[in-house]
Amino acid sequence: MSIQKIHVKTTINGRPEEFLTDPYVSLLDALREIVGLTGSKEGCLDGNCGACTVSINGKIVDSCLVLAAEVDGQNLETVEGMATADGLHPLQQAFLEEAALQCGICTPGFLVAAKGLLDNEPDPSEERIRHWLAGNLCRCTGYENIIKAVKKVAENS
Amino acid sequence: MVNVSDSKNYKVIGTNPIRHDGYDKVTGRAIYGADVKLPGLIWASIVRSPNAHAVIKNVDTSEAEKIDGVFAVMTGKDLPQQEDQFIDHGEGTENVAWSSENIMATQKVLYKGHAVAAVAAIDRYVADYAASKVKVEYDLLDAVTNVEDATKEGAPILLDSLVGDHLRKKVKNTNVASITRHEFGDPDKAFANAENVVERTFTLQMVHQGYIEPHNATAHWDEEDRIKVWTSTQGAFPVRTSTAAILKLDVSRVKVTPLEIGGGFGGKIPVYLEPVVSILSRKSGRPVKAVMERSSVFQASGPAPGGTITVKMGTDKDANIVAAESSIKLEAGGFPGSAVGAAVQCIFAAYDIPNTRIDGFDIVVNKPKSAAYRAPGSPQAAFATETVSDELARIHGMDPIDFRLQNASKEGTRRADGVVFPKVGNVEVLEAAKKSDHWNSDLGTPAKGRVRGRGVASGYWFNVGLKSTVNLSVNSDGSVVLVEGSSDIGGTRTSISMQAAEILGIEVENFRPSVGDTETAGYADVTGGSRTTYATGFAAVKAAENLIEVLKDRCAIIWSLDKNDIDFEDGTFFASKDPELKFTFKELASNLDNTGGPAASSGSVDLESAGGAFGTHIVDVDVDTETGKTDIARYTVLQDVGTAIYPAYVRGQMAGGAVQGIGWALNEEYYMKDDGTQANVSYLDYRMPTALDLPNIETIIVEVPNPGHPFGVRGVGEVPICPPVGAIGNALHDALGKRFYDSPMKPGRILNVLGKISD
Repeated sequence: MSIQKIHVKTTINGRPEEFLTDPYVSLLDALREIVGLTGSKEGCLDGNCGACTVSINGKIVDSCLVLAAEVDGQNLETVEGMATADGLHPLQQAFLEEAALQCGICTPGFLVAAKGLLDNEPDPSEERIRHWLAGNLCRCTGYENIIKAVKKVAENS
Repeated sequence: MVNVSDSKNYKVIGTNPIRHDGYDKVTGRAIYGADVKLPGLIWASIVRSPNAHAVIKNVDTSEAEKIDGVFAVMTGKDLPQQEDQFIDHGEGTENVAWSSENIMATQKVLYKGHAVAAVAAIDRYVADYAASKVKVEYDLLDAVTNVEDATKEGAPILLDSLVGDHLRKKVKNTNVASITRHEFGDPDKAFANAENVVERTFTLQMVHQGYIEPHNATAHWDEEDRIKVWTSTQGAFPVRTSTAAILKLDVSRVKVTPLEIGGGFGGKIPVYLEPVVSILSRKSGRPVKAVMERSSVFQASGPAPGGTITVKMGTDKDANIVAAESSIKLEAGGFPGSAVGAAVQCIFAAYDIPNTRIDGFDIVVNKPKSAAYRAPGSPQAAFATETVSDELARIHGMDPIDFRLQNASKEGTRRADGVVFPKVGNVEVLEAAKKSDHWNSDLGTPAKGRVRGRGVASGYWFNVGLKSTVNLSVNSDGSVVLVEGSSDIGGTRTSISMQAAEILGIEVENFRPSVGDTETAGYADVTGGSRTTYATGFAAVKAAENLIEVLKDRCAIIWSLDKNDIDFEDGTFFASKDPELKFTFKELASNLDNTGGPAASSGSVDLESAGGAFGTHIVDVDVDTETGKTDIARYTVLQDVGTAIYPAYVRGQMAGGAVQGIGWALNEEYYMKDDGTQANVSYLDYRMPTALDLPNIETIIVEVPNPGHPFGVRGVGEVPICPPVGAIGNALHDALGKRFYDSPMKPGRILNVLGKISD
């Protein structure tokens, strides 16, 4: 399987990033295995669990369903870009305060997805939050504390 | 919170600090099993059977071996030959001969997805491609996928080597691995004299734990024939035990490093990949990683058994339950070992019944080998008992909570299988349920086209104790390093540290807790059986008490006093005869260098009984009678947790368990095709609850301290999955006037019971 690699130039969490990838490699695998950002998680590889959620040009996607080669020239944000030198993103802080995680494997996906909502709709209803986050599965919490955390950030913004 | 004990004035217990591992987990820094990176790492892919039941005629790996980038290929013959050898993991016994055959088949495949070979290659894509080039020839056999078909005359036999234990008689040529009977009193006579008798048969389907993180393992077999394993597991030490046994090595040759674990619920106790990547590493000389694809997690890990349960209960004219009888037949999967034993222990535990008979059947079928799933066996059992109990309450015209209260098991009640209850909180939970806002609120009006009903059910889990170790060491700045061997699936590093902090009189933020590997932590059994905050917490209390003794010695040295003249209270060491001489914990920590160096301690426990726990759930359902879809309108979880150490996470366990139970009741099932293979092998088709499917889950903590723990802790995690299936069935009856004896109560089944569609 000697296929020529593809050169991808992209921006990840505000920094330029270049890498070489085989054409069949998913964005999730490229982030995790080539770029070294393992915060995005693999849960199902078929776009149903949302653990690999990242944002491309401000729009959230399941990175397992995107080819790495497709993000050439695009602007990516992952969970690793949410906290800054000044501290946690308010959503991250709220997840900690509201006990919105148990095992934590789904947490990066929920955080990126919730940020995607609040960046565009700062004051969503609970129904809207639940609908928006229905593409992210959590098997531990029953969602209640996740919803509380997102509502808390929305209310304080 | 309902506290029925004397209020204790705790400083740390009962608070909600930020969990110690929280920052790593919200920033993406936490390292889970699949995140492990090693120099020279290559990837494995597993070749799996497409057939539910077949004899393996030949495995040809030659094409796969030729592919560029392939380092090693293995089949089941690369695993050592095994004789029967039983290992007790606390939550289930493992026969190494069968677990080895389950990890990779050598003679027969017993379910779709059963591993037959594996390939290691430069990356996962090449490995998957090479795995697709392994040619396996099969002789197909008929498959049996439920307990009825598996026990019919002339049914295909799964395991030639299986000798069934049928009421202590050895039986060959059977799919029934065991039959047990527990009998007490004279149930036949009691039924004959009963005023009312209700007997029903229930069917349940196999369901999966559904943890979001797939199984994963990485191993390196080094030049000294030592294996290092990195994995997401509920117990590093049990992984070491199993892996060493399957590879026929001494345990000291296997070092297991547990990474963060993305959910388990019992399903991450068995090993599937660890021996495979170990052999591939030996063959390739490289560290090898495997991550199971989601379809294989469904088809080839360890779901919870479905089966058939008959429950018969009789009452006298005053609504006292006078007799109960049950036959529990559970699907073990391809190899023996369903949760039927635990189901027997739990099925009538919520009631005080003088005459009982319980038969348990462990039956192999062509489905994945079942494993523990949160209170294994108890949710299935509770569905049956709680439905029949509800029917009897209605026959007597009684409020279902009053009926349960009248018949509730309590301290001194003999559980049907012989255990006599110590102090338990069944009555207190039911009383709290009766007083709850939910139970005392009107049903309200559902949306047009829907009918609403309310149901209630109880559940029980015995909880386990087992072995744990905690090591503490003191830093010069007054902080304490805590190392434990129990995997932390949901905040136990903090709940364990909180118990040590309470003893030491310092803040839990001063603790640096971590989960060690099998060569840095003291031994711990699995994180399972709701034992971690209880048993590992108990070990932390012992370690803290031992540390106080060590530190008193140091005070004695510094003050030139006898140790007996040193006291400790509220985090302060002081000389009992000289109030001027005192050290806070922190002050003493900074003075240790002059007293013999670092201070450290250890605490170990091996606990036999853990104090069982009860929960009662109240649910309002809205049923759309056109589509059969059921929505949860309101849900309340009540549970005796003993003492809530870390209440936010106690509530999280209660809500999370209830939601898994809601999925079990309404949607989730292994949908089997006629050829014995599972049809729904993705999250799209195996439909777990999403945020949109649920209301807020209300939680009411009841605290009846466990006399067997220094702070009164009972296990919390498993009880909440026991009541939902029965509670929802009872609510559906209240809404529709029809009883449901089959789970899941999915839209099609509801329309069927309503007579709107046929099967």
